[in-house]
Amino acid sequence: MQAQTIKGAPDDPWSRLMSAAIAGDEGAYRRLLGDIARSLRAMARGAFSRAGVGDADVEDAVQETLLAIHLKRHTWDPGQPLAPWVYAIARHKVVDALRRRGRRKVEPLENFEEFLAAPEAEDPHALSDARKLLETLAPRQRDIVTSISLDGQSIAATAKRLSMSEVAVRVALHRALKSLGATWRRSVE
Amino acid sequence: MRTSEFIAALAADPVPEPIRLGRRVVAALAIGFLGSLAIYALLMGPRPGIAEAAKTVRFWLKFVDAFAFALPSLLLTLRLARPDARIRTLTLWLIAPFALLAAGVAVELLVVPQSEWLTRLVGHNSMFCMRMIPLLAAPLLAALIVALRAGAPLHPGLTGALAGAASAGIAALLYASHCPDDSPLFVATWYPLATLICIGVGALAGRRFLAW
Repeated sequence: MQAQTIKGAPDDPWSRLMSAAIAGDEGAYRRLLGDIARSLRAMARGAFSRAGVGDADVEDAVQETLLAIHLKRHTWDPGQPLAPWVYAIARHKVVDALRRRGRRKVEPLENFEEFLAAPEAEDPHALSDARKLLETLAPRQRDIVTSISLDGQSIAATAKRLSMSEVAVRVALHRALKSLGATWRRSVE
Repeated sequence: MRTSEFIAALAADPVPEPIRLGRRVVAALAIGFLGSLAIYALLMGPRPGIAEAAKTVRFWLKFVDAFAFALPSLLLTLRLARPDARIRTLTLWLIAPFALLAAGVAVELLVVPQSEWLTRLVGHNSMFCMRMIPLLAAPLLAALIVALRAGAPLHPGLTGALAGAASAGIAALLYASHCPDDSPLFVATWYPLATLICIGVGALAGRRFLAW
């Protein structure tokens, strides 16, 4: 799908996918987040291993960064390439993740280009703690997030099962994600 | 939870109404400024003999300087609200108000006899100035912080501090029309101190409310 072209808009694949996503293309967004996740994984794994932290929490750092990217995507300027913006958020979140594990001094992470070039596929056995964080949500919200993520249900199917309107499910999902972001952040402090 | 599962939840989340940070900040400034204006009207108002004072360079220097400080502070705040902010050149503009003020002080020291220096520096009511600038800045700072919560600053404390600086600069624009002290010696002493209070409060508010 061709995203609306803005004059002077960057032409790299990520920026184009994000423009399409903002225009409402869910498939493009899913593909973009998958791509970003693979580069984030390489980056987080590198940073964790240099800091001498085991890679048990790499997937957590990846997901927390993805959530931040999702909730803050309006701060991306469509006239600028997406990758540096993603990298800035990723570095911020990975440094946070390392601090949480008691690493005060974090070495500067190297250039994101490297991770763009060396993406890392997801290990199907690597699970994040996000499920534990879901426990902090209101039951209805937790149910909705679980249904859409773990059970792979659509919004429509979830709405039908819970006898809610689709709009209400979307609103609850959005609130749940926002509150998940806040919980993740609080676990830093 | 697997990342692919997590992505499914993110992708299902609807596209939000586009948030335009710049517009939010402008709206916040307008609302905050109304608040400041109300405080100004209630507690201060323009000084007597303002028409007479407006004929002097000293009087206008206060406004030019406050503006030269407020504008780059505000633009920096807005830039810092984005994670991929580049701020270097803009930071240099913050030197301008200080250079201007220093020049004003130098001229004042040349044209005013030494015996007058201290009187002019102490002014009429410096403590009022120290209280009123932060008070006038408060609604602006509060509104700015609320607007900036939509941002994603990598340095929440610094961003809040600059929001405090911008608020203090705008507050100084208002206060300058009330304050009877026009000497650069007074302005260079008390205005920055009052601004520092705003910067400190802004930094704390930023750390508390702008982390994400």
